[in-house]
Amino acid sequence: MTDSIMPIPNEADFHYAVQGAETLLTRFTKAPNWQERYRQIMLLGKDLPNLSPELRVDAAQVKGCESDAWIYHLEQAGKHYYLADSDARIVKGLIGLLLGACHGKSRDEIQAFDPTAYFKQLGLEGQLSPSRTNGLNSLANAMVEATR
Amino acid sequence: MTQSALLTPHNANIRAQFPVLKQMLDGYPLCYLDTAATSQKPQIVLDAMAQYYANDNANVHRAAHQLSARATLSYEKVRDQLQHFLKAKHREEIIFTHGTTESINLVAFGLTAQLTAGDVILIDSAAHHANIVPWQELAKRTGAVIKPIPLDKHCRLDIDAYQALLALKPKIVALSHVSNALGTVNPVAQLVQLAKAQGAITLVDGAQAVAHLTLNMTEIDCDFYVFSGHKMYGPTGVGVLYGRFDVLDSLAPLLTGGEMIKRVSFEATEFGSLPNRLEAGTPPIAEVIGLGAAITFLQTELTEQVQAYETELLNYLQCQLRALGEVHLYGAFDDNIGVVAFNLADEHHQDVGILLDQQGIAVRCGHHCAMPLMHSLNLKGCCRASIGIYTHKDDIDRFIAALASVKDLLL
Repeated sequence: MTDSIMPIPNEADFHYAVQGAETLLTRFTKAPNWQERYRQIMLLGKDLPNLSPELRVDAAQVKGCESDAWIYHLEQAGKHYYLADSDARIVKGLIGLLLGACHGKSRDEIQAFDPTAYFKQLGLEGQLSPSRTNGLNSLANAMVEATR
Repeated sequence: MTQSALLTPHNANIRAQFPVLKQMLDGYPLCYLDTAATSQKPQIVLDAMAQYYANDNANVHRAAHQLSARATLSYEKVRDQLQHFLKAKHREEIIFTHGTTESINLVAFGLTAQLTAGDVILIDSAAHHANIVPWQELAKRTGAVIKPIPLDKHCRLDIDAYQALLALKPKIVALSHVSNALGTVNPVAQLVQLAKAQGAITLVDGAQAVAHLTLNMTEIDCDFYVFSGHKMYGPTGVGVLYGRFDVLDSLAPLLTGGEMIKRVSFEATEFGSLPNRLEAGTPPIAEVIGLGAAITFLQTELTEQVQAYETELLNYLQCQLRALGEVHLYGAFDDNIGVVAFNLADEHHQDVGILLDQQGIAVRCGHHCAMPLMHSLNLKGCCRASIGIYTHKDDIDRFIAALASVKDLLL
């Protein structure tokens, strides 16, 4: 966990399907209360690939999270792919929501992505404020930064 | 403890004095269980600060005009209040700072010239980072050596290990009166006495103690005692350093300039005397005045009956958490000022915190600025619920019901 060298995941591991933003919006706007929204968030996290312990290193860590979160990025044929994980279930689910908007997208699409508006539509606007310690803001920035 | 005794709030009158507690969050009444991070402020404190700004605002110790005289009088009156509150021998033993962290830094910096390479500094393993890092910096400057005082299996300071370490004749012993992460109270008078017998300078971090316990510097007999206003129902941005006069007078000032001087020329500057010598620059005047109101509040409201009620509430909280099941509790349960550190099964403390927040419950989740303690508990972090003078049984019941619904979602 204290290694400072950034390992390189297998390229194939970056290729997995995620639910797109449209599907997620439908899914979340149907949720009647916070219990259901958070149940959905955690279910979403469960469907994401897990990072192996060798990839859970400091060098890949996103700062600003109370929980640990790691992110890897791959650009292939003009599309951007991410591998990300967290030791907290809600943060992992929130990563799933970000991936819905960014995974497999072009640089222009990702740079045009407005996380604040997106989370507001999902009914989770409070989650993205920089004063929150869940690190979602840092994760969103990391995904956009990776395309620059 | 009887349920019926608990059902009657010890003093509904106290809670009504805290306007912030009257709010709803997303349809849930605010349930504030994060007093150990910062306490809420009673109306008397808010009024004192507003009154100062509306009527008396002027710089202190500086001008001949009436406003400055009034401001200075109000400011210095709080020093007298604190002398009485702490049972200190002299008013000059009270120094106003911006908080506990600054108070400890002031001492650790001020002692630099009194330490040499190889001198030993003992630090409570459960200490807040503010009572660790300034000593580490002092050690870097002087070549002194830091030795942590280990904890026993109940997370209390291990007295045998402490006595063995005292045989090293430490120059400084830094203790916590109450652990901020666990709430356990240390027998500070005994610990100080043992340290003094070996010739050590003692500092006690009282940040978590001052809102709950009755303090007496003559009984504790430490050289330095430090705390913040904001954890004792007072404002943020103000803290206190109590120092035994001769030791306090031996400190080199951390900050220089302002009213701390006697005479300044470009050839030589002569510092003033205590307490001004250690209060450089314009102090947090409104905050000191707010602190004075908080002391009045505590002296009026924190009766033995209320202290006993806080203990009852804490016992109730611990019992209800145990009854809920799948909850890990950390630290000692008795001699605790009102803090419960816990995790829900193997769930991440952050997940639990986020889901409690959805229900209007404010608890702290994290390492609680006590990473060495978390490490010794083999934890990345935990949740911490802490009570205050305004906490009622209803708050505990709401919290337990909220945690039960978190349990349903996560387990």
